[in-house]
Amino acid sequence: QDNADPQRTAFLLRKQWSLYSVTPLYRFSTAHLKHYARLLSAFVGAEKQKGLAVEVGGELGIKVAVSSIPDLKGSDQDRDAILVQLSLRSPASPKNSEEKLVWSGCFCCVSGDHLSENLPEDFTCLPLFLVNGAESYTSIVGSWFQKTFDCCFRRLAISPLSLSWMAAMWTGCQVDKTTAAVELLFSVPCLPYPLDISYAVHPEDAKALWDTVQKTPGEITQEEVDVFMDCLYSHFHRHFKIHLSATKLVKVSTAVASAHCDGIIKFLQSKYLAGVLMLLTELAISQIQ
Amino acid sequence: MQRRQSSESLKKPLQVHHKNQTDLSAWRKGRRTDPEKSLQSRQSPNDKKNVSEQDSLEEALSYFEQVQERVSLKKNSVLQKHLTTVESIALQRGLPPEGFDVLLKVALSGKLADTVNTRLLKSLVPASVIPETSVVSAVSWLCVSKCSGSIQLLFLRWLITMFDFVNHKEELHALYGFFFSFLQDEKMCPYICHLLYLLTRKESVKPFRIRRLLDLQVKMGLQSHLQALLSLYKLFCPELVTITLPGKMKTYFKNSEGPWKAAINTVRQRNQASSPVFQTLLLGTAQPQSRKRKWNTQLIIPANSRNRNNLEEDREKNRVNFYSRDESFPVEQLQTFSQLLQNIHRLEFPSQMGSVLTNPLLLHYMNCIKDESVYLRLYYWMGQTLQEECTWCVADSSQYEEEFKHFLETVHKTECFLQEGFSSCEEFLYKSLPLWDGVCCRSQVLRLVSWIPLSSFSEMKSHLCDPLVQLFFTSSLYFKCSVIESLKELLQNWLNWHVIHLDSESDSQVHSSNTTFSGLVNMVAELIHYVGWISTVALRLENNHTFLLYFILDFYETVCDIYLRYNLPLLILPPPGIFYPALLSMDSVNLNQLCYIMYRYRTNLVAAKENELSKKQILQFKFSSQTYQEYNQYIIAMVGCLWTSNAFQKDTHPQGLRMDDELLKKTAVKEFKTSFNIVCHPAMMGYAVLFLQQAWPDDTTFNFSLIKGKRWNWYLEYLYSQGLKGLKVFIESSINRVSQASHSKAEN
Repeated sequence: QDNADPQRTAFLLRKQWSLYSVTPLYRFSTAHLKHYARLLSAFVGAEKQKGLAVEVGGELGIKVAVSSIPDLKGSDQDRDAILVQLSLRSPASPKNSEEKLVWSGCFCCVSGDHLSENLPEDFTCLPLFLVNGAESYTSIVGSWFQKTFDCCFRRLAISPLSLSWMAAMWTGCQVDKTTAAVELLFSVPCLPYPLDISYAVHPEDAKALWDTVQKTPGEITQEEVDVFMDCLYSHFHRHFKIHLSATKLVKVSTAVASAHCDGIIKFLQSKYLAGVLMLLTELAISQIQ
Repeated sequence: MQRRQSSESLKKPLQVHHKNQTDLSAWRKGRRTDPEKSLQSRQSPNDKKNVSEQDSLEEALSYFEQVQERVSLKKNSVLQKHLTTVESIALQRGLPPEGFDVLLKVALSGKLADTVNTRLLKSLVPASVIPETSVVSAVSWLCVSKCSGSIQLLFLRWLITMFDFVNHKEELHALYGFFFSFLQDEKMCPYICHLLYLLTRKESVKPFRIRRLLDLQVKMGLQSHLQALLSLYKLFCPELVTITLPGKMKTYFKNSEGPWKAAINTVRQRNQASSPVFQTLLLGTAQPQSRKRKWNTQLIIPANSRNRNNLEEDREKNRVNFYSRDESFPVEQLQTFSQLLQNIHRLEFPSQMGSVLTNPLLLHYMNCIKDESVYLRLYYWMGQTLQEECTWCVADSSQYEEEFKHFLETVHKTECFLQEGFSSCEEFLYKSLPLWDGVCCRSQVLRLVSWIPLSSFSEMKSHLCDPLVQLFFTSSLYFKCSVIESLKELLQNWLNWHVIHLDSESDSQVHSSNTTFSGLVNMVAELIHYVGWISTVALRLENNHTFLLYFILDFYETVCDIYLRYNLPLLILPPPGIFYPALLSMDSVNLNQLCYIMYRYRTNLVAAKENELSKKQILQFKFSSQTYQEYNQYIIAMVGCLWTSNAFQKDTHPQGLRMDDELLKKTAVKEFKTSFNIVCHPAMMGYAVLFLQQAWPDDTTFNFSLIKGKRWNWYLEYLYSQGLKGLKVFIESSINRVSQASHSKAEN
């Protein structure tokens, strides 16, 4: 959205986020975020000190904040994104307000209309879940959401096909400071030892290639993406006599963002944040439908 | 085999399904339905083994109940025998609730040697629950100190481990003071602390107890178990416990599960696998988390628990409406069918819908409440779980095949129970069948196939039929039979669905589904043609194998009766590639079955014709004259083969038996014009031989031509008495006049 405040979504930039898909949350309401934070913090506390009863609302080492980010959405049909943050209070001086952010998770939906439009009101559709922080916290927060809102989390892997789309789309984006190379990482299958091939292209060269491939600006077809990748492959073959089409594309990094097939993403440009999230929302929806 | 039977009986005819539902009314959570009792009518050798185990356990229990004085284990073989019985049953299947009273009493009364007592305590593994009364009486034995210190400790460790298996805790709470008094025993103190930790409620925290604990701490120093109890007291009553306790503590109590842990897991797994009706939930319901995997990919069917999420809203509501205080009935407390009936208006579904799979009561409830969100929640959960756990789609998961099998079985049972397929299963099949090898979880997958909902055949064809055909043609005979069987069940499920919806639609006049009537007829017809096609090819591939033919004819037994039994204007005859192999089958069972099927076709066609003539209803659908023609061609061939011996001349079917006389002469069979009939048919010749032996014991020439005239009729009676009922109804309906004429001629 144009009126979104880039400051409010800046926390997403330049960090690695693990991706999950989440089925619609049942009976989730943004009116109760504070209450959820209290319950979740009790749950985190209980999980952390197994065996000892904890009191809801009691003083614990971990502070949980649940807030909504209205800026992070694509259309009016999308629900507000939900940010969950876990911070550690310093045990030395509990009165001290210094808190250290240890884990954040963000549920969002950018232009996910086709999933949400047919859902009954009881369901909240936030199919994309981004996580930054220790897996142990992800597991605790995830199980709490699973139990409380009857939803399912699944790791969102990115297929090589989607990665090649990202490579083409992001190459074509206008970035002010074009310093970062377009880098593709390939892994060679069926070898006894791991062998990765990194293929870096100067961003201007890559963009020039893409511009010759793309027919109508603002519209991308599978055929164009295939042609673009084939051009890169044949160039590589001319120099190194290696057919990259026989390997697996595992990572794409550009100035806009970088994405790994294991479902890890790093956003680099706030201008294109919504666009990347839209693509990821689509991938998440196709995994849960 | 047992499970399969029970699941089939749940599903097939609707009446049996109802019977099962009433059976379940006696179902209680926590009490395992006894496999021996519910399956008495069909005892397999396995059941017999269970029964004998049951007997020997009862013997052992009554022995321990009566044992009076100290018996030496080494010298007494009776004691040895009973002790091993108890141990082996306990470690494999767990002990029934009634066993605990006796065994605890014996172990703690000090009658027997400590080695025996230890072995008894170590085998006290519950199959379902431990009655509170037996624990209370055991504690009273503990208080009289008849047993040794080590047995006391072992008992306490046992009680801590099994705490969650004790069915009630109220009376145990009443013993809080007794337990507390044991704190002074230095050896028992850590275990007593742990037990008190489990028992403590806010009202148990008393100033004198805090003082006592603090005294002990002074005496014994900083002990982690005392600290645990103190911090719990402080949590409940911070105003009474003023001391500061160190904040972080890794573990308060040593792991006391020791000797029982493995056995509990074994029993749990076994009970989940073998309970014949529905998986009843064990206490706690969490399945063993035997493996280390990512947090969100464990194949665990969630436990029933109330939705805590709405607490705040509820509280707000309560302020407004005083009566709403008891509005919802916690789902954890739902244990009997009568409770379900009493509270059905104030029942709330569990927080995780997946938990209904193991709870028949909630499935009943689900059946009544046609709430869209209920199905949606289940749909998402099941869809994700199936995809995530599918052992042939997800890499490195083949080691979890057993668990996945169980899961698929649970899902299938639920479908049978609800008499309804899940769309998440359908999507799962469509996604995963193209990757399936036809081996992994074979019977489970094929059973899920039989519950694919009726929607559109074109989708089903490309996603299910095409991948299935590839496997079908390249797999074993057994696989082919299983596929045809599950497609038969699929057909039956669709037809049942149609019948049920016919009824409900006539009530409400609302078209609940988006399939039109003609769409439905087309779907069913497409399925039947598909099965006809694969069956024809399969018969050729397998050389008209009798076993395969049996399954194919079984399918057609449903097909031939669709018009009358399911009120659907559809009559599709088997293709000649099935009809002729069955007619010329070497096997009388299949021939008999074919006769029965043709008889039912006739009945259906006659009924259709009558309806058409009387015009009772406006007929949108009419069987085409081609159907009648095809049927008549088949009948001519059958009568020719079984009765008039003129199949070679009269058969008019293009793929039929017609042969030139010239060619028949070359076979060198004398009187070929009279020698192919019910007597000489290869499937019947065995009967003819036996009949001749009985009628003319001295004649060894086997002169088949003797069977004619009056003897022909005797021969028919003989065949009917041999159980060929299909042949009987066929001959009586289709050949009646001819046969009457032929007798009267013969009698003249």
